[in-house]
Amino acid sequence: MSELHALYTLWLREIKRFLRDRVRVVVSFIQPLLWLVVFAAGFGARLVIPGIDYQQYLFPGIIGQTLLFTAMFMGISVIWDKEFGFMKEVLVSPVSRFTIFIGKMLGDSTAALIQGLIVFAFGFILGIPFNPLTLIAALPVMLLITIGLVSVGLIIASFMGSLENFGAVQTFINLPIFFLSGSLFPISGVGTPEWLQIAARFNPLTYGVDALRTVILGSVWVPLNPLYINIGVLCLFDVAMIGVGTWAFSRMK
Amino acid sequence: MPPAIEALRLTKAYGSFKAVDSLDITVEKGEIFGLLGPNGAGKTTTVSMLCTILKPTSGTAIVNGFDIVRQANQVRKSIGIVFQDPSIDDRLTGRENLSMHANLYGVPVSEQRDRIARILKLVELEDRADDMLRTYSGGMRRRLELGRGLLHYPTVLFLDEPTVGLDPQTRDHIWKYIKELKEAHDITVVLTTHYMDEADRLSDRIAIMDHGKVVVLDTPATLKGTLEGDVITVQANNPEALSELVTKWLDFSKTRLYDGVLEITVPNGKTAMPRIMEIATHNNIYIESILSREPDLEDVFLHYTGRSIREDSTKELHGLAAIHRRAIR
Repeated sequence: MSELHALYTLWLREIKRFLRDRVRVVVSFIQPLLWLVVFAAGFGARLVIPGIDYQQYLFPGIIGQTLLFTAMFMGISVIWDKEFGFMKEVLVSPVSRFTIFIGKMLGDSTAALIQGLIVFAFGFILGIPFNPLTLIAALPVMLLITIGLVSVGLIIASFMGSLENFGAVQTFINLPIFFLSGSLFPISGVGTPEWLQIAARFNPLTYGVDALRTVILGSVWVPLNPLYINIGVLCLFDVAMIGVGTWAFSRMK
Repeated sequence: MPPAIEALRLTKAYGSFKAVDSLDITVEKGEIFGLLGPNGAGKTTTVSMLCTILKPTSGTAIVNGFDIVRQANQVRKSIGIVFQDPSIDDRLTGRENLSMHANLYGVPVSEQRDRIARILKLVELEDRADDMLRTYSGGMRRRLELGRGLLHYPTVLFLDEPTVGLDPQTRDHIWKYIKELKEAHDITVVLTTHYMDEADRLSDRIAIMDHGKVVVLDTPATLKGTLEGDVITVQANNPEALSELVTKWLDFSKTRLYDGVLEITVPNGKTAMPRIMEIATHNNIYIESILSREPDLEDVFLHYTGRSIREDSTKELHGLAAIHRRAIR
């Protein structure tokens, strides 16, 4: 019972910190909008995906990208807490490391989901066709994508000593995952280099974005994998990362 | 009555370096126990082990009847800690910080409001409770941390260098609080410090630590009493020569030079001063000032370790060091 209170309080703290950082919330509106409007206009004029408008194709990809970037960015809070000492207060409390990790992870995941929902709102404004039920179906998929990625961010941050290092590592991880996920362009089909196809198969976001497209675009989208495979892979990835994350937090001093 | 803390050959080694070396100390219930020593003496390492943050290399300790190695969680529930470096979230309000702490320590929800209100009153932060901690001064943050350490009704409160980096007025204030909190909550306090006056004013008993070991342990009065006599402080144009002279001719073997000031421990300050003056004049040494005073804890430390605590601590910029230490890895 007391572990649940601890979980709640850790979750609440992340949300409060996220919502109080107004600048970040506002700035986070801009990036997806640039992708969906500017990039989609230029790139879409050249890249033809049979049966789908490029903006429509890109939309689930940008949701994935937003989740990825936000999730990774949230890891910074661990370094922040280490740097400014708050982590000590949490680590020395009688709360288990598993609860500490889950509390932080769920808090950061909620923040990432809020960002993802903002992109959804843009999709609506830009006239990307989807019905309200789509959102309800997409949310659990988004959550599954987020949990694993936030965990990765927290794990990396728990090993990092400084904010500067984390920034560098983040870029190093974000871009390959983003580019190799099929968010921007198809990663299968004639002419796609084999190494790219193989690399994409080892990328959890590939399965996430594919699942999102299946849910959002419906029958116009020909999925890479059946939905249950995509969801299954995401679940496995999440469980594995939660395991690693708990371990990473338990070695933190 | 079982003691609040009993350390049993408590040791922390980093390679061949022993930060804490087979420490055996007993802290009685209800006392303020001071760990005094220069930076690097092993005070914080000792406290970290007692708080279960660090695992001892060997030996153990019993805190509130629980073993710090095997029953770390029970220990954690029963103690409060105020760290040397800040450990608050400055993006939350004072009340929110306290509320988080209450939830982390499993304080029943029904009691939280009352307890938080009482703590805020105790540390006089009621009117600022709903402001972000960013807007608090250093002293206010420290007070909040002190209050927070008591929120879950610990029976032992650890204070690691509670007043480092604070101005004299705030330090005085904090000392007052520590005494009041201790009285109000009937708890045992373990205090680490490298400030002599802090140890002297607050502690019921003091353990002087150096190189990971307790050099001597007693009440401040007894410790000062072991140094029979007075301390004479001399400022002269040639303190080295004067030091040799008084050792050779006056048989005052306890002399000490630091920052160009000569300190001589003598049985009786009043009778020793004229003789020192005389020997200086005979040897053409010019004395600028001479002063006799009763020994303080600094002299006690010097007496037992052969070193001055000031030597280690005055050279360092405390504020800056605290900022560097903030980063925990």
